[in-house]
Amino acid sequence: MATSTTAPGARPDRRDPRVGRPAPARARRPRRPRRSFLPYLLLVPAVVLELGIHVIPMLVGVWMSLLELTQFHIRDWSTAPFIGLDNYRATLNFHTAAGRELLHSFWITLLYTLLSVGLAWLLGIAGAVVLQRPFRGRAILRALFLTPYALPVYTAVITWSFLLQRDTGLVNHVLVDQLGLLNDKPFWLIGDNSFWSLLVVSVWRNWPFAFLCLMAGLQNVPDELHEAAAIDGAGFWRRLRSVTLPMLRPVNLVLLLVLFLWTFNDFNTPYVLFGGSAPEQADLISIHIYRSSFKTWDFGSGSAMSVALLFFLLVVSAGYLLITNRRRDHA
Amino acid sequence: MRETAGERWGRRIVLTLLTLFVVIPLYVMVTSAAKPLQDVQNGFTWWPSRPTLQPFIDMWSTVPLAHYLVNSLVVSSIAAVCSVAVAIFAAFAVSRYRFRGRGVFSVTVLSTQMFPGILFLLPLFLIYVNLGNSTGIELYASRTGLVITYLTFSLPFSIWMLVGYFDSIPRGLDEAAQVDGAGPLRTLFQVILPAAVPGVVAVTVYAFMTAWGEVLFASVMTDEGSRTLAVGLQGYSTQFNVYWNQVMAASLVVSVPVVAGFLALQRYFVAGLTAGAVK
Repeated sequence: MATSTTAPGARPDRRDPRVGRPAPARARRPRRPRRSFLPYLLLVPAVVLELGIHVIPMLVGVWMSLLELTQFHIRDWSTAPFIGLDNYRATLNFHTAAGRELLHSFWITLLYTLLSVGLAWLLGIAGAVVLQRPFRGRAILRALFLTPYALPVYTAVITWSFLLQRDTGLVNHVLVDQLGLLNDKPFWLIGDNSFWSLLVVSVWRNWPFAFLCLMAGLQNVPDELHEAAAIDGAGFWRRLRSVTLPMLRPVNLVLLLVLFLWTFNDFNTPYVLFGGSAPEQADLISIHIYRSSFKTWDFGSGSAMSVALLFFLLVVSAGYLLITNRRRDHA
Repeated sequence: MRETAGERWGRRIVLTLLTLFVVIPLYVMVTSAAKPLQDVQNGFTWWPSRPTLQPFIDMWSTVPLAHYLVNSLVVSSIAAVCSVAVAIFAAFAVSRYRFRGRGVFSVTVLSTQMFPGILFLLPLFLIYVNLGNSTGIELYASRTGLVITYLTFSLPFSIWMLVGYFDSIPRGLDEAAQVDGAGPLRTLFQVILPAAVPGVVAVTVYAFMTAWGEVLFASVMTDEGSRTLAVGLQGYSTQFNVYWNQVMAASLVVSVPVVAGFLALQRYFVAGLTAGAVK
């Protein structure tokens, strides 16, 4: 069979920018299955688990959002009346107090996500570029930069909440006692400042992931390209803009989407930083849904909010993929 | 290619700023763990007034830390091993066979990773509770429930990375084994897995870290008996007195093993990421 002789061990083309789209590579897959049931058999455990813990609960969640699943029906939810889209109408009605809070939480989350992803990416590319060429101590710095990502999220965030304590934290000690920039010690974990605190913690946690991916991406940029550009008289910024960034495009496409989705769904950082609740100014959407569900035990409207959130993320992801694919086809 | 003076200084400044940003919280964690209680209660100090290891002793009695630690260890280890075992078979199928639904499987599995956790939380909570009430299978507030939940969290990415590793192993090796009469499973266990050991280890560590660090489901799906570190560590802060030195000591103890594991294997994570990403 002709296809099975394509260079044993040949990696799929390293330059192929079609990340996560296996279709074109399929044509070169060697070996037709002789026992066609075997691959399915191998997939059974994975499929059963994914169905049981992800797909079925998700469908159940959609069904729950159509029920009046309040505290009276939660013990035996077969008694919960079917109310169609009423939960959606109620929770997405932005004229009510609850609806306004949800909308507020949505905007806060969007702003938080855009800033956090942008800053994490900037720090990531800066770190990856300055560590690109070898020097003494590079391996140590690389390990150090990856540490925030390797830490369990709760220990990282608990440490930050200690730093941000009003009376015993490092931040106020440096700003007020040592530099004298402020006269009065501000609160960092309540009020308007809480949003910026949350943002800094999230950037600290996330930028190493951007750094890791971009560093891996830079390894695929041949040195000769830089050399050639330098000989042609291109300075640092010109090389970054015309050589490095275009070569990193496939990595960036996936990285930015993944970071966006992770950050938008972020629950851990605010939950640990603010000790289970979040101040209004840092009320991210996941925390908002969590708290309103377990405070009122109205799982029906909680599910409606979750499904609406999923719908929003699907639309954003699909739009993003469409736009980036079209741009590539025209390029 | 020569580096200009401007580039050299730019690099030094960027490196210094990034290092400070990363190091300061880590420094505070380490030094505060060695502080006596008064140092963390009356204003911040850069260095312990009297370095002590007492917080590392006291932290075990302020909250039942050992109990949480055992729970986290048991849950994370079992979840990691099961996740990798399941992922190995799936990745073998995806890497070595063409079959109908292969693309759909890969995309679906990976996309579940991207959905909001809160979306699964409410239904899964009700399913676990109701399953316990109607059949007696205790998944809610049990370590078994956590294991099953966590293993699916790491599964998509584990499969993705393993497919990358398996793809990088020459198919000529499989074919040679087949010529010698080995069946598919023997090929997997005697040819592919031995060649992919670093990748399998890296994926195991990744799966362990995922379970070790999970907060959302741990906060809802556990009770006092099955509580893991993710929730238990917040116990120091909810009491009348916040023992920040003990919190930092406990955080340090809980972090060091996973950070060490991650850093030791970082090379393989990068390899896995790129191998998976360029497909």
